[in-house]
Formats: sequence, structure tokens, C-alpha cells
Amino acid sequence: MNKENKIIQNNSVGIVKTQVFTFDSFKLESGEKLGPVSLAYETYGVLNKEKSNAILITHALSGDAHAAGVHEGEDNPGWWDEFIGPQKAFDTDRYFVICSNILGGCKGSTGPASINPKTSKPYALDFPLITINDIVNAQKRLVDHLGIEKLLSVVGGSMGGQQVLSWLVNYPQALRSAVPIATTIKHSPQQIAFNEVGRQAIMADAHWKSGNYYEGSAPSKGLAVARMIGHITYMSDKSMAEKFGRAKKDVGETFKFTADFEVEGYLRYRGDNFVKRFDANSYLYITKAMDNFDASGGVRFDEVLQGTKVKVLVISFKSDWLYPAYQSKEIVKACKLAGVETTYCEIDSTYGHDAFLLEVEEETHLLKHFLKKIFYAYEVTGDYGA
Amino acid sequence: MARKDIQLDHEVILDLIKPKSTVLDLGCGNGDLLYLLIKEKNARVQGIEIDEQAIYKCVAKGLNVFHGDVDSGLTEFKDKSFDYVVLNQSLQQILHVDKVLIDALRVGKKVIVGFPNFAHYKSRLQMFFSGRTPVTGALPYQWYDTPNLHFLSISDFKNYCRLKKINVERSVCIGQTRRIPFLPNLFAQTGIFLISKE
Repeated sequence: MNKENKIIQNNSVGIVKTQVFTFDSFKLESGEKLGPVSLAYETYGVLNKEKSNAILITHALSGDAHAAGVHEGEDNPGWWDEFIGPQKAFDTDRYFVICSNILGGCKGSTGPASINPKTSKPYALDFPLITINDIVNAQKRLVDHLGIEKLLSVVGGSMGGQQVLSWLVNYPQALRSAVPIATTIKHSPQQIAFNEVGRQAIMADAHWKSGNYYEGSAPSKGLAVARMIGHITYMSDKSMAEKFGRAKKDVGETFKFTADFEVEGYLRYRGDNFVKRFDANSYLYITKAMDNFDASGGVRFDEVLQGTKVKVLVISFKSDWLYPAYQSKEIVKACKLAGVETTYCEIDSTYGHDAFLLEVEEETHLLKHFLKKIFYAYEVTGDYGA
Repeated sequence: MARKDIQLDHEVILDLIKPKSTVLDLGCGNGDLLYLLIKEKNARVQGIEIDEQAIYKCVAKGLNVFHGDVDSGLTEFKDKSFDYVVLNQSLQQILHVDKVLIDALRVGKKVIVGFPNFAHYKSRLQMFFSGRTPVTGALPYQWYDTPNLHFLSISDFKNYCRLKKINVERSVCIGQTRRIPFLPNLFAQTGIFLISKE
């Protein structure tokens, strides 16, 4: 089967290209100024005349702007390819889908690895601390730049969900709906703890050199360990047991502490792969932004949401122990108290936190019907069947 | 006045609800009643349902629904958040009926309760002649495999309302296909009550 056929069969958006939007100056929540700021982004589908069909997808910790389709000459589909395309959850025959790499990231947007115009060297730790709200404020600039006053929806899982909540709080007038998936109003001590271990692994790597590693070798071991910890928290006990069991690899090495078990090999593979595509300093800055985030801004979240007309769909997963369902229920509870029109579903998945990338059928059903309802602004129709 | 396309209990409940009301349905199932309320009464509705597959059906109908159990679903609503709170065929499956009803009367200005009448004459006959737990159209389960936790009669519920000083604004008792105005505790399979506090 040639590539073109494969793309058509998968209902892919096809060949896509990452674009860059740059603005001169950007004020951070901390008061510090950063500039120029670039955001890498991709779009799929066509913006309609009324500009009423735009959906912003916000990515998770290790994600990027490449959410769907393939880049010219490459095989890797975007990270949410199964959700974005003709007839998919985010139906590109109907909607205009935007995804941008976050501020502080390392896949085309300005981050610690970018060149500091003052020194002509990478920022490294001179890069200011950023917040989830900063990330969202930058996205708002991009959305404005694209000429969109009101998004049909903003949708994201995990850290993407934190961004969704930030949008909901800071720009309710620019949204018709919001879909936070497997996320939280604020990190629990457990979530902060896992991130801190990841950060410590990076900073303990001798190559890290207080962040100034861009001219030498990167702290790959530390970053790989951080990613390995991450992957453990993204899976469930059951999904690990099903995927690996206690199966052993045939490594044929004589060293005592080789990766004997499949699960060890998997984690090493994931860790080693991650360092090829991710910047260790970005990992530090982004995880810190996640830990510091509190969508309620210190007051009760339902008070923050009071009076909003944005319609909300909250999704969680039963086996997700990193962002457990109770955290999603906190969001739902606040929506209830604030009288926000809300739908909540806890999907019975065994995949753990990774479920938001994997439970295609259930999520697609929820997203498709929810978005249709918002887009056509109907309360109810029988057309779609039950 | 009976409509073939609508379940009789749904038709009765539709009659009890004023147009353009806000309605919370506790244990809304596939959302059929809420869907009717929007279409026929222009109501603003919210459902709560424990079954995941039923949630998908509600969402396909464009309904707002919370995935969760009724026993813990009410506490987070403010007083008088809805014109009506509906518990249709869910009361008998709730763990803490008293707590939920009191909370329903707090959250809703009025509450509509629909439940199978355990004192229906067929149940009584089965009990009397076979000495076994009745299995009927309205109570179709065997004792060892039933979602029902409570077995109450129309008289039980009236008595409960008297004890708790709950106003019964209207009660409609129905059989399979028609309303039963005469000796409902004996002849009705289902009791539907519109109640309020103060």
C-alpha cells in the first residue's frame, strides 16, 4: 500500500506543515517581559466565513504543535492523529483545528533552548519562570492573530487540561465550550512529588551544568530517568501487567543489571527516545508551571466560574491514578455550584493516565456529539440517534 | 389522552411540569424523559446517571449529564437550584432514601417521585398464595438479583410524607396503560407524587 492510500484509509488530514507566529514583546504573569516570542503551530481544516468553527487543542507535557497528519517526507503522524481528521472526533470537514507548541516548549516555540537576543546564546536558566496562564496568554495572541474572536472549543488532556481550565477562567468570553480531560484544578502533593523527582534526576546529571549544556552534551541520562518515572505514572498496574507481565527479554549480555524484564526495556527505550526530541531545561520549566498552577487562583473555583456561559465537558478515566477521577469531580462540583452547563463522564478504562490518548472510541463519541451540539447551538435534536 | 409514543409514567410527569422549568433528573437512564421535557416543555435539564453506557446515549441526545451515583450527586447543588427534581423509578434503588429525598426537596422547589407499588394486588396474591417474594411487571426481578433496595407501597409513601411533613401536591397512580383513580394502593403498579416542603 503506498503512503497516499494509507493516509486516505486512516482519514488523515494528510501532509501538514508547522507554521510560526512571532510577536515582539510579551508580558509574563510575574511582570517580567519576554521577547520576541515565537509560537509554532499547525492548523487542520478550513476556518469558515463566520470564524465560528475553530477548536484549539492544547497539548500535554511532552506534546507539540504536530497533533495530526504527517510532515513531508516523514512517517510519524501527529500525537492526536486518531482524533483529528475527516469524520473523526475533531472533524476537519466541519471544524478548523489549531494546535500550538506551548511557550517554554522546545518544538519550535520560544523556550529555554531558544536564543536570548541579549546574549545571542540560548537562554538556559536566564529564561524566566513561566506559568500555565502565561502559556494560555500566548495562545490567545495566536488565536487573535488568526482573527478568531470566539473559539468553538478548547480541548486538552493532562497539562493540556490545565490550559483548558486557564482559558475557562481567563477568557470565558472567547469560548463557547471547554473540554478538560484527565486533569486537575491544582496539583496534589503526589503529582508535585513525581515532577520533583523528574527534575532532580535532570539536575543530578553532571552534564546539566546548571542548565548551561547547550554547547556540550545534554543531560540525557537525567532526562531519560525523568521520562521513565513519567511513563510509570502514565500507566496503570493492570495495563503494565497486560503489556509486559514478567516477561523477560533475551538480551544476551553478561552484566548483572541489564534490562532483563520487558518493562525495563520499555522504560529505557522510552527514556532514550525522549532525549532525542526534548530539551531538559524545558522539562524543568514546564513541570514547574504545572505544579504552580491553581485554576482557582486561591479562592473557591466555583466562585471563579460564576456566571460563565461556557459549556463544559469533563472527562476522566477510572484507572488514572496520576490525575484521579476525584480531581475531575472537583471541577464538576464547581461547575454544579456555579450553575455551569456541564457533562461529566468517567470512562471505564484500564490504560491509566495514558487513556486520554488511547480511548479513541468513547472519547470520540463524547466529543463528536458535544461539539455538534455547541456548533449548531441546538439544545437537543433527535437526528443523531441514541 | 394517552399517547402511544410516550411511556405512561413519562406522560404523567410531563403533565406535572410547567413549561420552561429547570429540571434535574436523578437516575436519568438513557435520557428519554429529559429529551421529552426539552422537546415538549422547553425545559432546561440536567441528568445524573451511574451507568456509563447510558451516559453515552444521553450525550448523543445532546443532554447535559453527570456520571455519578444519586446518593452523592445532590449535596453539591445550592438550595432551590431547580424548579423540579425528578426521581423516576430510581428511589427504590437508592441507598439512603430519606437523606436523598430531604436533599432533593432542598435542591428542587418541587420533587417528583415515581416508584413501583409493592402493594399492587398481583404482588399481594403472589405473596399470599405462593408465600414467595413477588415477581411482576413493575417488579420484574428475583430477590437474589435485583437493583431494588427498598420495597414500598403507595400507602407507605403517603405515610412517609405525613410523618416528614412533606406536602403531597398531587399524586397520580397508574397501571400499565391507564391511570388508576380507584383504590390505587391495590390496583396501581406505579405511584407518581409531586411533593414539596413548605
